[in-house]
Amino acid sequence: MIDWIQIFSNAAQELISPTTAAYALAALGLAIHFGYTGLLNFGQAGFMALGAYGFAISTLTFGFPVWASVLVGIGASVVFALILGIPTLRLRADYLAIVTIAAAEILRLIFTTNTFDDVTGSASGLQGYKGGIAALNPIPPGTYGFGPFTYNAYDWWIRILGWTVVILAALFTWSIMRSPWGRVIKGIREDEDAVRALGKNVYSYKMQSLILGGVFGTLAGMIFILPRAVVPANYQTSLTFFIYAILLLGGAATILGPIVGSMIFWVLLSFFSGFMARAVEAGWFPFMTQVQAGQLRFILVGIAIMLLVVFRPQGIFGNKKELSFVR
Amino acid sequence: MSDNGTPTTPVKTTGLHVGEPAPGVKKVDPIIVADGVKRTFGGLTAVDVAHVEIPRGAITALIGPNGAGKTTFFNLLTGFDKPDEGKWEFDGRSLAHVPAYRVARMGLIRTFQLTKALGLLTVLDNMKLGAKQQTGENLFRSVLPFLWRKQEEEIEEKAKEILTRFKLDAKQEDYAASLSGGQRKLLEMARALMSDPTLVMLDEPMAGVNPALTQSLLDHILDLKSQGMTVLFVEHDMHMVRHIADWVIVMAEGKIVAEGDPHEVMSDPAVIDAYLGAHHDADLGDSDDEHVHAMKELIDDEQ
Ligand SMILES: Nc1ncnc2c1ncn2[C@@H]1O[C@H](COP(=O)(O)OP(=O)(O)O)[C@@H](O)[C@H]1O
Ligand SMILES: [Mg+2]
Repeated sequence: MIDWIQIFSNAAQELISPTTAAYALAALGLAIHFGYTGLLNFGQAGFMALGAYGFAISTLTFGFPVWASVLVGIGASVVFALILGIPTLRLRADYLAIVTIAAAEILRLIFTTNTFDDVTGSASGLQGYKGGIAALNPIPPGTYGFGPFTYNAYDWWIRILGWTVVILAALFTWSIMRSPWGRVIKGIREDEDAVRALGKNVYSYKMQSLILGGVFGTLAGMIFILPRAVVPANYQTSLTFFIYAILLLGGAATILGPIVGSMIFWVLLSFFSGFMARAVEAGWFPFMTQVQAGQLRFILVGIAIMLLVVFRPQGIFGNKKELSFVR
Repeated sequence: MSDNGTPTTPVKTTGLHVGEPAPGVKKVDPIIVADGVKRTFGGLTAVDVAHVEIPRGAITALIGPNGAGKTTFFNLLTGFDKPDEGKWEFDGRSLAHVPAYRVARMGLIRTFQLTKALGLLTVLDNMKLGAKQQTGENLFRSVLPFLWRKQEEEIEEKAKEILTRFKLDAKQEDYAASLSGGQRKLLEMARALMSDPTLVMLDEPMAGVNPALTQSLLDHILDLKSQGMTVLFVEHDMHMVRHIADWVIVMAEGKIVAEGDPHEVMSDPAVIDAYLGAHHDADLGDSDDEHVHAMKELIDDEQ
C-alpha cells in the first residue's frame, strides 16, 4: 500500500530545504528584473551557475576562504550583468531576453566542455568545496529537530544560512522598492520614455536592477550547491523557466510572492513525485514505468500552475486591482 | 491665476521678433535656437529646419498638417531622437548629443502626443517622480530612509499643491491607469511642473480631451506663462492657437514655412497652401485615425 505519511513528510521537508531557499532567492532576483523593472532576463540560470562555479572553483582551484569565494561569485555576476546589459539595455526589451537566454547557455556549455576539465570538472562537475562552510558551523555535531524536520548539524546549518540570506535579501528589496529609487524603477516598467523625460538616467537604473537581481541569482546559486554537488546539467534554460513559474505563482511585483511561490512549487513537486513513484510501484498505473512517472510530475506541476494562473493570474500575493489595468 | 474655470482674455506678449516676420526670423530673446536640423527616415525627410528661434517667456504654437514633422522635431530637440545633421541650443548651451534625461535636467521638459501616464503608479507617485535631485533615488541612499524622508515630505507637499490646482487631488491615491484620457493629459502636465522647468514643450495637449476640460487645460497653459515659463506646444485647433499663442510657427513637409503673430500668420498664403496641399493628398487617412482616437478618448472622458 502507499505510505502516505512518508509522502507528506517528504513534501513538508521541502518547505525549509536549502533548494527551496535558493529558488526563492533566484525568483526574488527575477522579481526585481521582471516584476519591478520590466526587464526580461531569461538567463537567471546563468547567474546561478556563476555563483555555483565561482564559489566552487575559487575554493578548489585557488584555495580561497569562504568570504573570498563568495566575492568572486558576486564579482563574476556583476561582470556578466555588465556584458549583457551594456549592449542591450538601450534597445527594446526583447533584445535583453534573447541575449540573456543565449549567454546563459554559452556559460553552461563552457562549464560542460572537456577543454577546461581541470578547473570545471566538465560534465561530471565539482565537489569537495563544502569544507569552509562546514567549518563555520556553530552548531555542535548531533541530530536535532522533530518529525520530518530532523537533520544533522550540517543540514541545519545550511538551512539557517540559506534562509538568513533569503530573509535579508527580502528585507533589502522591500526597503528599496518603497524608496524613491523603487519609484523610478517601477516608473521604468510602466514607460521608460516618460521617466527619461523627467530627467532620470533610465539606462543606469536598468543596469543597477540587472546587476542587483543577478547578484541575488548568484547567491541563490551558492545556496543551491550546499546540499549537492555542482553539476552543469542543473543550469539548463528549464531552470530559468521554473523560477519564472515560481515568480508568477507568487506574484511578480511582490516580495513574499517569490518566497511562498518557491515553497508551494517544491512541496507540490515533491508530493507529486512521491505519490507517482509509489503509485506506480503499487501497480495503480500499470501502463506506466517508473521513469515515465518521474516525468509526469512536471506535467502535473505544470497543470497546477496553469490552474493557479487561470484562476489567480496576479499570483498569490499580487494585487488584483493592478491586473485589471494590464493592457 | 484663472483656475476658476471662467474664460479669461489672455494677455498677449508682443514684440518678440526683430524685423519682418518670416521663416527663421530673429527673436529678441530666444530660448531655443536651431540650425540646419535634418532628420530622414529612409528616403523620407521628416524634418529639415534651416533656422528657427523660439522666443523666451512666451507661448509659441507649432502648427502644421499631419505628418509635417512636428513630433519628430520635438523628439530631436529633447534628445529622444538624433538628427542626421544640425545643431541646436537651449539657453545658450548646445544640446547636440545630449541624452534626453540630461535635457530634462537642464529645465526643458516635454510631454508626449500619446499620453504617458505611468499606469500602475498612483497619481501621487507619478507626481513625485517628476521632482528633481532626489536623494532617495540613489540605490545606496535609498536603504537609509532618514537621509531622504524630509525631502520626500517636501516633494509630497508640493505634489499635492499642484494636484489641487489641477483638480486631481481627489484622485491622488488612485492608479493613473484609472484616469480618463483628459485627466491623464492634465496629470502629465502637472507632473512636468514638479521639476520647475524653464521651457515646457507640449505635444498636442488638447488632442482627445473632453471639451469640458479644454478650458481648464488652456488656463493651465496660460498659467505656465504667468509663472515665468516658456511654452512651446503643438496644436491642431486654430481657435485655441489664436486664443492663447503669442507666436505661431508653421511646419509643412519638415520645413518651417511661415512664422508670425497668430492673427497675421493665418492669412499667409504659405500656410493656406500647406493645409490645402495636405488635404489634397494621402494624409487624409492619418487624420481619420486621429478622429477615431479623439472619439475614443472622448467616450473615455464621459465615463
Ligand atoms: N520612427 C519613424 N520611422 C519612420 N518614419 C517616421 C518615424 N517617425 C515619424 N516618421 C514620419 O515622419 C513624418 C513626420 O511625422 P511626425 O513628426 O509624427 O509628424 P506630425 O507630428 O507633424 O504629425 C511622417 O511622414 C511620419 O510618417
Ligand atoms: Mg505629432
